[in-house]
Amino acid sequence: MSAGFKGMDVVSIRDFSREQIEHVLKLAEKMVPIAKGEERSVLLEGHVLGSLFYEPSTRTRLSFDAAMTRLGGRVLGFDQPAGASVAKGETLADTIRMVDSYSDVIVLRHPQEGAARLAAHFASRPIINAGDGAGQHPTQTMLDLFTIRKEKKKVEGNNVVIVGDLKYGRTVHSLSEALAMFGADLTFVAPPSLQIPKEHLKQIESLGRKPRISGSLEEVIKDADVLYVTRIQKERFPDPAEYQKVAGMYRIDLPMLKDVKRDLMIMHPLPRVGEISSEVDATEHAKYFDQAFNGVPVRMALLGLILGGLK
Amino acid sequence: MKEFKVTPIRNGTVIDHISVGMALKVLKIIGVKDEVSSTVSVLMHVPSKKAGWKDIVKIEDRELDPKELDRIALISPNATINIIRDYNVAEKFVVEVPNVIKGIMECSNPGCITNKDEPVEAEFVVESKKPITLRCVYCDRITTDVAEHIR
Ligand SMILES: Nc1ncnc2c1ncn2[C@@H]1O[C@H](COP(=O)(O)OP(=O)(O)O)[C@@H](O)[C@H]1O
Ligand SMILES: [Mg+2]
Ligand SMILES: [Zn+2]
Repeated sequence: MSAGFKGMDVVSIRDFSREQIEHVLKLAEKMVPIAKGEERSVLLEGHVLGSLFYEPSTRTRLSFDAAMTRLGGRVLGFDQPAGASVAKGETLADTIRMVDSYSDVIVLRHPQEGAARLAAHFASRPIINAGDGAGQHPTQTMLDLFTIRKEKKKVEGNNVVIVGDLKYGRTVHSLSEALAMFGADLTFVAPPSLQIPKEHLKQIESLGRKPRISGSLEEVIKDADVLYVTRIQKERFPDPAEYQKVAGMYRIDLPMLKDVKRDLMIMHPLPRVGEISSEVDATEHAKYFDQAFNGVPVRMALLGLILGGLK
Repeated sequence: MKEFKVTPIRNGTVIDHISVGMALKVLKIIGVKDEVSSTVSVLMHVPSKKAGWKDIVKIEDRELDPKELDRIALISPNATINIIRDYNVAEKFVVEVPNVIKGIMECSNPGCITNKDEPVEAEFVVESKKPITLRCVYCDRITTDVAEHIR
């Protein structure tokens, strides 16, 4: 089964079976000491990663860099297309064809939906989608699953409450599908205008679980095993007063955590802009910085598998 | 005897049972403005023997190519194609919605990479033929209002 990884494109989480994802997570576990710098590895020595970020990103880009470098490989590319040939109007297809000849694997972040699928079409090297507009971000989903599994031993049976912008949020849709596939119970908390889209809900239900829908975090937080907080973007609201109201309703602070389960874990894909008060950072619940670190071992495992260093 | 609302044609194609209101889209598909050099006649909102109303388009001296047939099937899945030779119906078939749609439609998602200046044709998987539901191979967006996005 894992033989299928070498040379594979990672465009959408839907391209993976549950068994394949579990295999990645298991290998990621073994990568942790290397990711922390406690052990050295030359697994990908001599390999080159082409890193094309057409949109700003801190965590995703740096964690791919860290993952490749920790395994002895090298990274080339750009993180702001302004100076690159892209700015001169080169098509994505042409840029990809060029980078394809300079590297062994390409990581792409792009503002247009479907960009990674297009890149995979033109590249002979594997493409890893690091986010395409409002579309997919499969490695984020994998590191989220990894984080839950690490804390809770397994994903199945946990009540995962997802709060924030569930309509436009890039990470939410692929994450909730994957969580449903792994047998978690889902609760979606958002104001009506930002609730999870109907098509999406249907998709999740078809995986066997009926999610709970709520507008009130207070109402559901007591039963939560995992609280996944996402950013609510100001731009989504025509009325700034409405934004303030909604943002305030879902703000996680100490009073909000008064009656939660002792082992509730709080996650956030970061960056946060006020959704989680900094006073929460010191609590046992805060797992978002571990989550950000977990991007490194998970991406190491994936790179190792795709480039054939790992089986 | 047949009753013709327009002059009978000697050779050509009659597109019958077009979903009512879609005749003008059909004209666009067959390229009436710049690709047709013969007479085309259009009947809109005529009673259909089968049920309700339909549109009909008749083109002289012209048979349709497969891409045109695919496009017509997308906007009017019950349309019947009648090939007329020497005033008689020589062939008759119902159009068929293809399983994969490539190059004849734009993605309904304005943020889709296929709507930018890239050297690819938009491509769709047919998730359902009735009602017609297409999924973009690139961005995964579902399109149901096909007539709006046909090229
Ligand atoms: N020579 C012709 N010129 C123009 N239209 C024709 C001609 N022959 C048939 N048609 C039209 O083509 C369609 C199919 O014809 P036919 O098979 O005879 O009838 P139907 O499908 O209604 O049983 C009808 O709309 C008919 O009016
Ligand atoms: Mg390829
Ligand atoms: Zn699309």
